[in-house]
This record gives sequence, C-alpha cells and structure tokens, in this order.
Amino acid sequence: MFEAIAFYLFAALTIGMFTITVMTSQALYALTAMAAGMIFISAFFFMLGADFLGVVQIIVYTGAVMALYAFGMMFFDTTRTLVEKRENPRIIFLLGVIAATLVVFIMISPIISSNIEAHYPIDATVGNSQAIGYVLFTKYLVPFEVAAVMLLVAMVAGIVLAGKKMDKSLTLMAEEEIALMSATQTKPHDEEGAH
Amino acid sequence: MEITLAHYLVLSGVLFSIGLIGVMRRKNLLMLFFATEILLNSANIGFAAISHFHNDLTGQMFAFFIIAIAASEVAVGLGLLIVWYKRTGKIDLDIMTSMRG
Repeated sequence: MFEAIAFYLFAALTIGMFTITVMTSQALYALTAMAAGMIFISAFFFMLGADFLGVVQIIVYTGAVMALYAFGMMFFDTTRTLVEKRENPRIIFLLGVIAATLVVFIMISPIISSNIEAHYPIDATVGNSQAIGYVLFTKYLVPFEVAAVMLLVAMVAGIVLAGKKMDKSLTLMAEEEIALMSATQTKPHDEEGAH
Repeated sequence: MEITLAHYLVLSGVLFSIGLIGVMRRKNLLMLFFATEILLNSANIGFAAISHFHNDLTGQMFAFFIIAIAASEVAVGLGLLIVWYKRTGKIDLDIMTSMRG
C-alpha cells in the first residue's frame, strides 16, 4: 500500500519535473527542475532495493553533473529567453508516443517470450552495497577499469577544452585591462586561423 | 495495489518519451544535453526495476556504467560547448553548419 502511494507520488513528481525541464523557456528553470527530478528518481532506486545506486544517483547526478552544468551555464547568457523551433508540434508528439510504445514493447518482449534466469542472484544475507562490491570487483572488474580510464580521459579532455585562458582572473584585473580584453574578444573570427 | 515490473517499465517509457520530445524540440545545445540526461535516467530506472524483479544484480551494474558514461559525456560535451560559445557567441544548433555539404 505504502509502496503504491510512494510510487505514484514520485512518478507524478518526476514526470512533472522533467516536463518542466523539456518545456520551459528559461534555462535556469530547466536546470533546477532537472536537479529535482534526479533526486526524485533516486527514490525509485531506494524503493527497488538498490540502495547503493540511489546514493550514487544523488551524489553523481545532483552533486557532480548538475554542479558542472551550473558552472558551465556561467559562461552562457542564461537570462535570454530561448528560441525554439516550432515547425509542427503534432508530428513531434506523434513521434514521441510511437517511440514510447516501441520502448515499452522492446522491454516487455523478453519477459513474454521466455523465462529469465538470474546470472548473479541477489544474496539476501548481505546488504546491497556489499553484494554490488562482490559482483563489481569479480565479474565486472575489466569494464570497471575501462570505465575508470574513460572517466580520466573525459576529465583531461574537459580541462583542456574549457581551461583555455583560465589564467586570467577578471576580479583581479583593472578596468582598462578588462575593456581591452573584451574589445579583442568581440572579433573572435580573426584568431581562428591561429589555432 | 501491487506495484509490478510493468508499472516501472511504463514509467521508464514515459520518461524516455519526454526526453525524446526534448531532443526533438530543443534548438539550444545546452537544453539538448538536459534532454539526453533524461533519456539516460529513464533507462536507469528500467534497469534497476528489472534487476529487482528478476533478482539479478546485472541490471544495477549496467546502471552504474550508464552513470559513468553520462558523467564523461557531460565533461567532454560541456568543454566543447564552452569552446564553441567562446568562438561564435551562440549555442544554437541551426548555426552549426560550417560544413557545406
């Protein structure tokens, strides 16, 4: 009973938050609604007994990914209202409904066709985090290491891409220097050949 | 009122369709990234639900790797976006037509 109430409550909240993210014309509203929706999604993981996954969802998504987006949005002009292309909303909604039905059919089809045997059954005697540790560091050790290398490569790429001209601090410069720098930056196409 | 696997899968499908609508209607590249995050999260819900109802940990493992992929996608994508914004001053998809095919 309580599980049903929690499921429908968090389903409504998540769908509402993600609808705001998709439909709003303000970038800041989209960001905050997105962060709230991520936290509500972790409630589903807790309901499903995947405690560790729920904690990782909160820490990684709302702690790291959303903070990264917030820092990235400081570079962009977020106060401006976003312009969207509105060619034919009916076609878009029709395609969305068709895609959702397809996804449901894809997910349901293996359950209908055959019985699924559990490769790594959940051991009831140990907790969720411990069981995940056992499986992750035995059966999934190589993908785990590959994912670690991938994250390292992504981190280096992010620093290299976004970190250009980060040595100049706007708060420590004089007004004339900032004016000079912004005057040179208004013609960005001139320096494209230099890269 | 028993919550079954089908409930979670339908919820996952609904969230996936919301993300798809976002991918199709957004012109701003930052908003496009948000819609991609919604797509990845809806897949995560489906994986965790199947993992719970079939008593198998593999679904949760896949969800972990999806989270890792999402984190690295944000790092690289946001870096590229910042470089593009510094060069052109806009992050609209329609002006990204430098290759004239």
